[in-house]
Amino acid sequence: MTGTRTMVDFDDALTRYQPVMGLEVHIELNTESKMFCGCATNFGAEPNSNVCPVCLGLPGALPVVNGTAVESAIRIGLALNCQIASWCRFARKNYFYPDMPKNFQTSQYDEPIAFNGWTDVAVPTAEGDDEIYRVEIERAHMEEDTGKSLHVGGATGRIHGADYSLVDFNRAGIPLIEIVTKPIVVPGAKAPAVARAYVSHLRDLIGGLGVSDVRMDQGSLRCDVNLSLRPIGQEAFGTRTETKNVNSFKSVEQAARFEVQRQAALLDAGEKIVQETRHFHEKDGSTSPGREKSDAEDYRYFPEPDLAPISASREWVEELRATLPEPPAARRRRLQAEWEFSDLDMRDTVGAGALDLVAATIEAGAAPQAARKWWLGELARRANEADVELSVLTITPQQVAEIQALIDAGKINDKLARDVFDGVLAGEGTPEEVVASRGLEVVSDDGALSDAVDRAIEANPDVADKIRDGKVAAAGALIGAVMKEMRGQADAGRVRELILEKLG
Amino acid sequence: MSELIRKSAGELAELLGSRTASSVEIVQAHLDRIEDVDATIHAFLHVDAEGALATARDIDARRAAGEELSTLAGVPIAVKDVLTTKGLPTTAGSRILEGWIAPYDATVTARLKAAGLPILGKTNMDEFAMGSSTEHSGYGPTRNPWDTDRIPGGSGGGSAAAVAAFEAPLAIGTDTGGSIRQPAAMTGSVGVKPTYGGVSRYGLIALASSLDQAGPCTRTVLDAALLHEVIAGHDPLDSTSIDRPVPPVVAAARRADVKGLRIGVVKELGGEGFDPEIVSRFEESLDLLRGAGAEIVEVSCPSFVHALAAYYLILPSEASSNLARFDAMRYGLRVSPDGDPSAETVMAATRDAGFGDEVKRRIILGTYALSSGYYDAYYGSAQKVRTLIAEDFAKAFGVADVLASPTSPTTAFKFGDKLDDPLAMYAQDVATIPANLAGVPGLSLPSGIAADGLPTGIQFLAPAMADDRLYNVGAALERMLLDQWGAPILTKAPELEVAR
Amino acid sequence: MPESAITRAEVKHLAGLARISLSDNELDHLAKELPAILEHVRVVQSAAGEDVPPMSHPLPISNVFRPDVARPGLATDDALAGAPASEQDRFLVPKILEEA
Repeated sequence: MTGTRTMVDFDDALTRYQPVMGLEVHIELNTESKMFCGCATNFGAEPNSNVCPVCLGLPGALPVVNGTAVESAIRIGLALNCQIASWCRFARKNYFYPDMPKNFQTSQYDEPIAFNGWTDVAVPTAEGDDEIYRVEIERAHMEEDTGKSLHVGGATGRIHGADYSLVDFNRAGIPLIEIVTKPIVVPGAKAPAVARAYVSHLRDLIGGLGVSDVRMDQGSLRCDVNLSLRPIGQEAFGTRTETKNVNSFKSVEQAARFEVQRQAALLDAGEKIVQETRHFHEKDGSTSPGREKSDAEDYRYFPEPDLAPISASREWVEELRATLPEPPAARRRRLQAEWEFSDLDMRDTVGAGALDLVAATIEAGAAPQAARKWWLGELARRANEADVELSVLTITPQQVAEIQALIDAGKINDKLARDVFDGVLAGEGTPEEVVASRGLEVVSDDGALSDAVDRAIEANPDVADKIRDGKVAAAGALIGAVMKEMRGQADAGRVRELILEKLG
Repeated sequence: MSELIRKSAGELAELLGSRTASSVEIVQAHLDRIEDVDATIHAFLHVDAEGALATARDIDARRAAGEELSTLAGVPIAVKDVLTTKGLPTTAGSRILEGWIAPYDATVTARLKAAGLPILGKTNMDEFAMGSSTEHSGYGPTRNPWDTDRIPGGSGGGSAAAVAAFEAPLAIGTDTGGSIRQPAAMTGSVGVKPTYGGVSRYGLIALASSLDQAGPCTRTVLDAALLHEVIAGHDPLDSTSIDRPVPPVVAAARRADVKGLRIGVVKELGGEGFDPEIVSRFEESLDLLRGAGAEIVEVSCPSFVHALAAYYLILPSEASSNLARFDAMRYGLRVSPDGDPSAETVMAATRDAGFGDEVKRRIILGTYALSSGYYDAYYGSAQKVRTLIAEDFAKAFGVADVLASPTSPTTAFKFGDKLDDPLAMYAQDVATIPANLAGVPGLSLPSGIAADGLPTGIQFLAPAMADDRLYNVGAALERMLLDQWGAPILTKAPELEVAR
Repeated sequence: MPESAITRAEVKHLAGLARISLSDNELDHLAKELPAILEHVRVVQSAAGEDVPPMSHPLPISNVFRPDVARPGLATDDALAGAPASEQDRFLVPKILEEA
């Protein structure tokens, strides 16, 4: 697909060129119904089962705006520190395409609902610190998704070479928010990492608002990477390419990196960059040319006469602002302080994707360090072994907190706790139930313990003598013997107390 | 021929209420009439005898069971083919939709059904409502019952002719620049374009979304009011539907009292280009109204002279976008060009084959007016003119309760007269267009007969949501003219030759 | 202010945007008609002053919203009933040459 192509080494390219990026992210909202009609939005429904006259573009059908989608758009705008338009309209973007029922997309043109914002993105450095970059937001606007085509015939199932296509309009009309950055100009070497971190940051930010599933694998978060190079020292931007549908965080980084290398090679050779859309290829991280952006592209935007304008009053906007959750960065700072975590503790927790799990465990009563210890230790190990995300493990933060509570109460110890985790993860029930069914409770019955201590003293007379002589440290050997006899199900602290009482 | 077809809808409703006639009898009488004359008139593109009779039987049974029914229950109606009707063909007069059966009802259709009006069928029209003569129908023109060598007006020539030829007591039309009112004037019938947003556009195949409005086509002002009440009112499926009570149109039509009413004669509508006979009938009508106590004042709306130009930019612009959906992918005609067809070439070939010349002309014009580099000069400028026209209306309604003008500059012309001269055809709508641009309601009723023996129309305009004023003044004038004529104007039309 | 001259090539370009494969005959015809119509309508360019706001809609309404409630739409068979061709409950369309 990509063939052999001269590529310039990435670091070498940056000695001569400054990359300028623009990121366009499409967020599919998770509303119950579509943007302009009452059809359901569930992912994976039978083909053409969530369709009606409106989203099929049947003659005579008219759109009506989903109020919740507008609120979600405003909340996204506010979370991105945008200004919210006090008055704005939808516009028709006219072009023909078989998966677009009306042959115009109802979108917003020169009156986006949100504009002029910014968001601070933490980009991990090689040293393990975070560097903060402020990404400026040009606009966030509302529009509708298109249908989906299945290409039949040909070799690859791709559009090229297909005999015909089959169109499913379930996705047509699902509300989208398009978020467009202003040109991102960062130290060149950082550009791919900033692109990745920005998209990942948007996932957290918008996921936190609860307005979208923000799943790149299901297409509810989609990213186009625009990138151009300009010779270092030059003011004017170069010609940009638009790499479409880059559908994972890693791919965003790869696409940016690839385009830097590819464009640098062309510029070095004195060639021109073609303004075009490009396709990203997951398998090797390359891009290949798509449609050339020509002057013939003329969308003939005009205000959508079938819809009333939206006027967002100050009161309404403030009401929505009050519903915003704490921004992720601020929340992290607050939690770190509350939990008294070191920077390293905190970074590890976030890096492991355990922040929300740890927070919920602490919320359920566990001490911060204990919560961190279990999620980043025992549970992280198990997730790693199973090659799954922590959040996928079949144990809840509530259950982890319960296990810690059992430890705190002296009913089990850390070693037994591992068995409890096994049981809970194996679906054997709640921690209490696992302790009972597996018989894991520590023996705190003094009678049984006392007998075991007596037997240990009898079996180790020389050790007992040392302790009688005041060498308390020797008690460890007796404790070990008792624990062995009790098969670990004893409270080591209590055993020690008994030994010292008897020999003291 | 049954005398039932000569009755007004109001009279038929009374006959039904008193059990003097059944809905089945009334519907059958109209179906017979259609059978007799429609081969000549061609008002209908599709007749649904079975469906209409089924509704009639249902209404008769419900009436017999003592059920409370709406006023017009059982009175049949014809619907312009631009409104969707579930299970019936809907073509908008275009070959591109030939054979398409809508899977849903327009809100207007649904309200007619809910009120128990049997739907006789779908009426002919200029393709996608583009035209003033029905000559642009993809299925052949409709003939004027007054003179079958002449056009019935357009785009709603089918609905107006159906009513004027006694094929239906009531019909639904749509009016984007005069498509209800101009055909009414040409056929000696009554037509009302309600306030924009007064009647739902859901299921009305859009020509120009910001101008289109459905309304009644009838033989009397009261009938129009009765039908207006059935179809008007807020609809959550149309974002541009007005969420306010329907103006009291029936009460106004019954009141018919113009004492003290200030009627503004629009200076700019009625001078040059207007047939002197039409102007004479107009002035005679004003005299009658003055005699009944109305105050006639002259008002000036200087921007109206630009209305036609603004309209012929706004309409094609919106239409070019509205008609983009007819692309052979999901419904309607599909034409595959020779060679190795692709989605792109099939779309382009279908749109060339399926659209008529006038539709293509306006799509290209609208595409031009919206294209980058020309938007501000054309579409943008036209929108500014629209503002000026709305301001002129506001000023005029400051000194007059209603405005008046001749409906159309000419009486019905002969087929082919203006077909090759789009600008002359467009000029037919010069007096009706300002109301659409501003969204205000308008009513046309017969003002008399010109020297050529053809009917003339007078138009009244009122402020938005004051549709009741139109019915009041219209009914008053109608009564005085009827006294003068001694019989309804349609009795003066030459009797149609009956095929049977 | 643009001239209302419109060339045959321009008509062809517009027909491309509007997805209509106009015949040579139609192109010739429209290349003659459109300038005449544009000549007539271009008076709008001088009719209103700079300060006149554009009016895109006759109704002064805003914020017309629908509650976010899912409702059943068309049955799949009804949705596909009018399709020129369908397969596997999907609309069958000729091969697509252009990318979205």
